[in-house]
Amino acid sequence: MIDAIQILAQQQSEILEIVLLSLLVSGSATVISALIGIPLGAWIGLTSFPGKGMLLRIIYTLMALPPVLAGLLVYLLLSRSGLLGELEWLFTPQAMILAQCLLVTPIITGLSAATIAGKEGIIYDHARSLGATRGQAVWTVIMESRTGIIAGIMTGFGRAFAEVGAVMLVGGNIRHSTRVLTTAIILETRQGNFAMGVALGIILLILSFIVSSIVLMNAKDFDLGEV
Amino acid sequence: MNLFEITNLTKVYRGRTVLSIDKLFLERERIYAILGPNGAGKTTLLRILNLLDEPESGEIVYMDRQFFKPGHKSYEITRRMCMVFQRPLMFNTSVYNNVAYGLKLRKLQRREIERSVHEVLDFVGMQDFINYPATRLSGGEMQRVALARALVLQPEVLLLDEPTANLDPHSVQIIEEIVHNHHQQFGTSVIMVTHNLFQAKRMADEVVLLVGGEVVEKTEVETFFKHPADVRSKAFLDGTMVY
Repeated sequence: MIDAIQILAQQQSEILEIVLLSLLVSGSATVISALIGIPLGAWIGLTSFPGKGMLLRIIYTLMALPPVLAGLLVYLLLSRSGLLGELEWLFTPQAMILAQCLLVTPIITGLSAATIAGKEGIIYDHARSLGATRGQAVWTVIMESRTGIIAGIMTGFGRAFAEVGAVMLVGGNIRHSTRVLTTAIILETRQGNFAMGVALGIILLILSFIVSSIVLMNAKDFDLGEV
Repeated sequence: MNLFEITNLTKVYRGRTVLSIDKLFLERERIYAILGPNGAGKTTLLRILNLLDEPESGEIVYMDRQFFKPGHKSYEITRRMCMVFQRPLMFNTSVYNNVAYGLKLRKLQRREIERSVHEVLDFVGMQDFINYPATRLSGGEMQRVALARALVLQPEVLLLDEPTANLDPHSVQIIEEIVHNHHQQFGTSVIMVTHNLFQAKRMADEVVLLVGGEVVEKTEVETFFKHPADVRSKAFLDGTMVY
């Protein structure tokens, strides 16, 4: 452990670079996924339409999408002959964000839909009877479901931050370019630097704890009155 | 001018007609008790009057204004009434924010909101709980906050769906007093669904008995309990109705 701390101290700047890239990639993927997943989940939770059950089954299946498969799909999409090959994103942080979005969006969508559908009727009726317009009532339902939605966001962030298969495939673990905490841990482990691997793992857990704390702190202070 | 004029109203749920009212006129500034066995359509009627449910056909006029007819719904009029549910839902925030909710929707000034919330919480005896998390209140306290949340909007009509079901006698008395006092002070019209015949006797001016979605009898409360006109009313009061 002392060895690990010494190594961490010696390689401060590189580790800081890895930490920042990890936060940037997983944070961006979570924000983008939340922007897609929350409205989509709210729509699914609040409306009835033919094929809703099938759509939910597909979303729940995608929640368990193996990261390596997500990485492979994005790899094929971004490779030269792929649909988005012209973007030349392969082995860049953008590709890593895209792969993580594929993993996180179904989680946020599925958990948002489930939590909103569970509360929708009764909250919507109360809001409407107190004079809310449809939009205000829907907003109230979403806000009242915030604990479940935040849990979905945190689960999504956790998955993105801790996954290795997809970012390894589409990022390539390139030093000073696409190396993140998880891929660095793999590298250190393969080189026999177990202490360093453990130290990086602890950093990953601490960062995850800090991010969760910040999110939950803000959720607690939320004021429903601002409708 | 009547409060509500309901004509040829039908509501169908999953192929079953749950409400079929040819004609029902309700007057202003009165307390109505809607009585009837389970599945009679009482709550459905209340929900339709608040436009939470839409009937298949019929027409509703509210104080000489077209309120509902197929293809036309006046949500603006629903803002002049408020519904209190059997199991009130408290928003996951303080008592203050729960009561202020409807006022904030109406974009009132902050000072006006504060004044109104304090006044109404005083009226329902919940002033001490103003900053308390609403979801941690007891059933009776929640119902008082739910009433405060409705009354603060100064509704012309208060729609109550079994507001004292599952409450202890003391809480029932408090709720009844609040409704009665508000009715006396502000002339609020009250339409209350209840299974409690004693409550109907204590509070209502008139009774509307629904059976199988149809209005069986609408009459003054004393007449209903002493001289019910319809054989089904008699059976309902005697407890011998088979349904």
